Amino acid sequence: MEQLAPATLATRRPALVRAPTDWTGIIFAVALSAAVIVPLLVVGVWAFTEVWRYPNVIPQQFGLRFWNQTLTRADVWSALTLSLQLSTVVTLLSAAICLPAAYAFARLSFPGRNVLFFSFLAGHAFPKFGLLIAIAAIFLQLNLIGTFWGVVLIQLVGTLLFMIWIPVAAFQSVDRRMEEAARDVGAGPFRVFWSITLPQAGPTIAAAVLLSFVGTFYETEGAWLIGAPGIRTMPVLMISFINNQMVIQYGAVLSVMLWVPSFIALMFARRVIGGGAFARGFGG
Amino acid sequence: MSVLKITDVSKIFAGPTVAVDNFSLEVANGELVCLLGPSGSGKSTLLRMVGGFERPTSGLMTIDGDDITHLPPERRPTGMVFQSHALWTHMNVFKNLAFGLKLRGLPQDQITEKVEAVLELVGLAGYGTRGVNQLSGGQQQRVALARSLVLEPKILLLDEPFASLDQHLRERLREEVRDIQQRLKITTLFVTHGQDEALAMADRIVVMRDGRTEQIDRPDVVYREPQTPFVAGFIGTMNLVDGAVSNGRFTRADFGLDIPIPDGPATLAIRPEALDLEAAETGEAQVHRVTDYGTHGLVDLDLGDGTRLKAMVAHPDLFSAGQKVNLKPQAMAAYRDNARVYRS
Repeated sequence: MEQLAPATLATRRPALVRAPTDWTGIIFAVALSAAVIVPLLVVGVWAFTEVWRYPNVIPQQFGLRFWNQTLTRADVWSALTLSLQLSTVVTLLSAAICLPAAYAFARLSFPGRNVLFFSFLAGHAFPKFGLLIAIAAIFLQLNLIGTFWGVVLIQLVGTLLFMIWIPVAAFQSVDRRMEEAARDVGAGPFRVFWSITLPQAGPTIAAAVLLSFVGTFYETEGAWLIGAPGIRTMPVLMISFINNQMVIQYGAVLSVMLWVPSFIALMFARRVIGGGAFARGFGG
Repeated sequence: MSVLKITDVSKIFAGPTVAVDNFSLEVANGELVCLLGPSGSGKSTLLRMVGGFERPTSGLMTIDGDDITHLPPERRPTGMVFQSHALWTHMNVFKNLAFGLKLRGLPQDQITEKVEAVLELVGLAGYGTRGVNQLSGGQQQRVALARSLVLEPKILLLDEPFASLDQHLRERLREEVRDIQQRLKITTLFVTHGQDEALAMADRIVVMRDGRTEQIDRPDVVYREPQTPFVAGFIGTMNLVDGAVSNGRFTRADFGLDIPIPDGPATLAIRPEALDLEAAETGEAQVHRVTDYGTHGLVDLDLGDGTRLKAMVAHPDLFSAGQKVNLKPQAMAAYRDNARVYRS
């Protein structure tokens, strides 16, 4: 004991000194924030700008001319409607397919479980474009190229990872004792799932659904490769805008329009879900 | 009138690990029986088998003569209170209690009536609209108890219900639970590894070890007349001294005592409160430390070979470290081959 005492004091001493300012951390945080926020800010400003010439820091003329021009175009509205339809259908289908699968992965043990579970990573482990080309070749034979359902299918593949892995974590984090307590008071297995497991895992699953909706809304490569020329989603339209006429404002206006759904979704998520659910979904 | 009967029940987990080994017990109507044992003694597994959460490998379980061995939990007339409370955090207190009643298809006014009555019973009247996370640990445990009681189960199962609470609260809650249990006359099986809890609450205690019964008796009998050295060592504080008997005399180091049993190895068990000390120039033991607890004192003693014993004394100021003393046991028991062979 006599020997332990000085050692204890020695380990205590640093705690009394005020923690030094973490300059490295601050620099990283500022740099990262700048990298994310500055481009958003610039695009946001461009969307409401009519004249902005070098070397001015602030645009010479603000205005809504490009908004008028964009919003009066029929193809913008049809693309927006189509994108929302696609995202909704894909998310619903994905939930219907993936949630039961996620429950099985979380709770049941069956042969090949781990191999299957990790196979969902495979789609993200290879260059995506190569995979898309291969799928496009198959879809061509099935007459799915240029169709709504062709795009649904290709985008469905992209949601699998989120919609399996996050809900698996959600189901695994539900306290088994809560489920047993429900069995104890007379609930059958299905009732337990509906009344206890699902509400408990709900917020995290909602986070997965949201990520999958937003991810689908912005998905471009698959929608372009499989959907062209008949199906033009918002991001695809934006690319063609930018390619056809090098007017920055068109791109900026569309970008701001594209933010709106995800911004609303994220604000909604913050209210309903809370940051913890996202963290839990990723094993945090 | 509810009797739980467990006959020759075994549970073997993959491995194979024998968690419960040929266990039999009958819990009488309105009786509270405590399953007491260290971790891994199979007591929780046994309770979970009665609740229907584990399937016995063999054996029979009946409640009032009806075979429940293979019924799923939702079809058993048992109510379980879990150690972790296991309250549904997405429901408020009222909904937690009403869930089971709703499943039974009771009309809303009856549900409200029953829930309010049981909240009154556990001392939480008016707490129905609270979220369970707004409650303290003790209140959560009361809600968990109420959730089981509201369904009027034939058998109440308590799985270390106070383990997550602090000492003070634990003592208060166990008195409350015992009062409620006696008022409702509900047959109860209670799992704990806390001997105080078992001694304070139980009508009978089942001391378990390695999935088997070591002793089933009333708390006072288990305390005063432990059948095996394991029970002797597990319940209360006990001095267990391994030694040898030769010509009717037990010896260990300088300590010797006449015991009328045949020659051979033996384990002596003496409670600290039954071990009197007598100061002597050439004593059998040396005082190592004296602790004064106010109401009594505890003297730690060393035999010549370092064996540590404890003695409870009324006047700790009469003893000091380094002092030599002779040991005068007022009551003791001797064990050989896991059975008691002598008692005085």
